[in-house]
Amino acid sequence: MTSSVEKPTGHRTWKKPSFIANPVVRWTVIIGVLAYVWWAITSLPFDWDRIEQGIPRAIRIFKGAFPPEFIRGELVIQGFLESIKIAIVSTLFGVLLSVPIAFAAASNVAPKWLYHIGRAIIIIARSFHPVIVAILFVKAVGFGPLAGILTLIFYSIGFVAKMLAERIEEIDWGQVEAIRAAGGATFITMLYAVIPQIMPRQIGLAIYQLDSNLRASAVVGIVGAGGIGSTLMNAFRRYDYDFALAITLCIIGVILISEAISGRIRRNIW
Amino acid sequence: MLRIKDLVKRYGKDEPVLKNLNLEVPGESVVAIIGASGAGKSTLLRCINRLVEPTSGSIDLNGTELTTLSGTGLRLARRRIGMIFQGFNLINRLTVMENVLSGRLGYVPTWRAVTRNFPQNDIDRAFQLMERVGIAHYANKRADELSGGERQRVGVVRALMQEPEILLADEPTASLDPKTSRQIMELLRALASELHLPVLINIHNVTEAKEYTQRIVGMRFGRIIFDGLPVDLTHDAMEEIYAGVPAEERGETGEADLQREAVS
Repeated sequence: MTSSVEKPTGHRTWKKPSFIANPVVRWTVIIGVLAYVWWAITSLPFDWDRIEQGIPRAIRIFKGAFPPEFIRGELVIQGFLESIKIAIVSTLFGVLLSVPIAFAAASNVAPKWLYHIGRAIIIIARSFHPVIVAILFVKAVGFGPLAGILTLIFYSIGFVAKMLAERIEEIDWGQVEAIRAAGGATFITMLYAVIPQIMPRQIGLAIYQLDSNLRASAVVGIVGAGGIGSTLMNAFRRYDYDFALAITLCIIGVILISEAISGRIRRNIW
Repeated sequence: MLRIKDLVKRYGKDEPVLKNLNLEVPGESVVAIIGASGAGKSTLLRCINRLVEPTSGSIDLNGTELTTLSGTGLRLARRRIGMIFQGFNLINRLTVMENVLSGRLGYVPTWRAVTRNFPQNDIDRAFQLMERVGIAHYANKRADELSGGERQRVGVVRALMQEPEILLADEPTASLDPKTSRQIMELLRALASELHLPVLINIHNVTEAKEYTQRIVGMRFGRIIFDGLPVDLTHDAMEEIYAGVPAEERGETGEADLQREAVS
């Protein structure tokens, strides 16, 4: 058998295959996307005059913000203390509520009807951005930290219950069988065979969520749900741009610190 | 006395895994169930404590019909049946003592289980059994820190904590090295006679089955095709149980392994 490598038969070209193989589909997608973007830009009401007037205003705000004004430090500290309180309380309740919801939403341990309820709760909790939820709660229970706590509990459930349910679906089923075979009732079986397996993930998620809630508590504060976000919003409303910048810098600092701490803890236990 | 009559297990619409199987295990005998993988050994054992739902037939343990039980009735029956698993199935992140005491979960009230506050009797029995199998000094160690043989001892003690009327062992030595595997078989035989306990052992190592049990049941395609004393398990009987299975997978390699080990 003579190999064709030995006698080259002219040049053969090669090109990387297209991402979308079918040329009709490929060109339809390209033209469609371009046409939509053109239509979107031309149909949105950009008012160039107002943008022109806005630029000097933006410059004025930034000039007013420098140098940042740290004199009213106790307001900042008060705001942060409230934010931290909101974050801790909402993480605690959010994680506690997430555990039964996660069990309900895990297909391997929950009966079908319960599974659908559990998944529905998670999907609803995940489909709204915390700011939208905060607006609803501020309307429902009034301005202040309670609205922030309720918002972040809701927000925590969406993330923690989902991740925990996925962890439950990955457990080693043999341990469940062993406790079942010993005559353990359903609740006891979950407690002995499932909880120990998901514990490291549970702790990791709680720490991550605390960190995440601290960040989110600054955002939901802007719509009136208490904490440092409210302090920041008040500063803006009083045109105290220098104070607002000081608060913003403090938020960045606190979040960097909390991320570093939580990242470190999670790396060590995960 | 365990009495299985006409047991059928079928998954979906496939060929049944167990076909009208009949088996009686009287008194305190140690019975080995052998057969190629897929013969239905594991399904048979799991039907007894209902980890697998039988399709039809009857399983009677000392006067209790097991196949019709549900809810609390099933739990109360399960706590009378100890089970030992191939992969040990210990709760890895809990201590050895917690694993051992989990054999009592069918007996203790919920609050005791939640608070890990087990009755003194259970703790005494746990230490007694752990001393018997040589793991008492590991009481506060995490289960996943133990070696394979030690873990299976924990598995054995957990099953015995149930004060079972029968012990089911599903390939208890398959995850162990030959030496440890023989120690566990020896332990099972000794405990069975000390506690007057019938033991049903699924095992693919025919050499161990012959050496450590008083009766051998051979399964093929969901049926029992051999039932007799270890000495009656002739070459022809082996041929029938393992027809078409390559020699190296027939579990007769135990002796060769031991010789190899003795050499090394």
